[in-house]
Amino acid sequence: MNNKKAKTVIVLGSGGHTAEMMVVLNNLNKAFYSPRLYVVANTDKLSKEKVKQFEDSSSDHEVFEITRSREVKQRFVTAFFTTLLAFLNCFPLIWKERPDLVLCNGPGTCIPVCFAALILRWIRRIPKCKIVFIESFCRVKTLSLSGKLLKPFVDMFVVQWEDLVDEKSSYFGPIM
Amino acid sequence: MSKYFQSIFVTVGTTSFDDLITTINEPEIVEALEILGCKKLVLQIGSGVLLSTKNLDNTSIKLETFTTKSNISNFIKVSDLVISHAGAGTCLEVLKAGKNLIVVINESLMNNHQAELAMKLSEIGCAIYCTTSGLKTALSLEKLNKLKPYESSQGIKSLVNTLDILMGNKI
Repeated sequence: MNNKKAKTVIVLGSGGHTAEMMVVLNNLNKAFYSPRLYVVANTDKLSKEKVKQFEDSSSDHEVFEITRSREVKQRFVTAFFTTLLAFLNCFPLIWKERPDLVLCNGPGTCIPVCFAALILRWIRRIPKCKIVFIESFCRVKTLSLSGKLLKPFVDMFVVQWEDLVDEKSSYFGPIM
Repeated sequence: MSKYFQSIFVTVGTTSFDDLITTINEPEIVEALEILGCKKLVLQIGSGVLLSTKNLDNTSIKLETFTTKSNISNFIKVSDLVISHAGAGTCLEVLKAGKNLIVVINESLMNNHQAELAMKLSEIGCAIYCTTSGLKTALSLEKLNKLKPYESSQGIKSLVNTLDILMGNKI
């Protein structure tokens, strides 16, 4: 049976977000979700280390660094400009790579990547690209800022606790 | 069957939570620790200052203190009870190691959504949550004996199945 592979962009968000994404990746079929393109903030050494551990000797992956959208405690005004810069970083990347799937779970870094993918989908450069956002295990009663911003646009919006369930979200219980 | 709490680990994460460390040394808490059967207490104080441990020093409890370590897994593994700040990573690690968990919420952190997670974990019966002023009540054998193990859910499997369908994976 024809089983095309899915070129997957994985946005690693740092810290706990990266840890949660690694749980997801550990359960994915690597042969199908291939190649895997990791997008990591340029200041995030730990996430790069995690990718190295996870991918080990596999050759069907690549790591891309972009400007970090918002450092912890950075003001929102300047965050707007760094996010714009990050957007300019990843727009050509998504244009060139034409992924089938963008997988992200916040925080800031995934916003420019997702909006680049959305725009490229609207102009039909990547008409079939799916965007999946997984809200953090920590989010019990309120969505994260990235979650709130991306929810209306993504193809699958996963929440991990019942209080956040509505018609737009997918709920499978906690994944951690 | 009653649980025993010979080895207790207090962890505040990479920042500081001096309020919690001060509270641990209060006479009524020291007394509660002794009632639980505590023989060894490890305090991870982060970037905080080590305050007086006078009351603890006057007991037979063996005390060990350190600031931060890149990996606290070993401390979790050998403990019977962990008294932790509300950091999600630490809470999960403790629960997955099958250890008893008391989460102490730092009230000086505003809009701390991690408190929500602590409350949820307590709601599903896997942890006790309190503020520093409520720690005395939290340190009760009766409450600790009621704690349930955290069941790593099958959520991830269903999520991946749904993603496979969305993406057309038939492998």
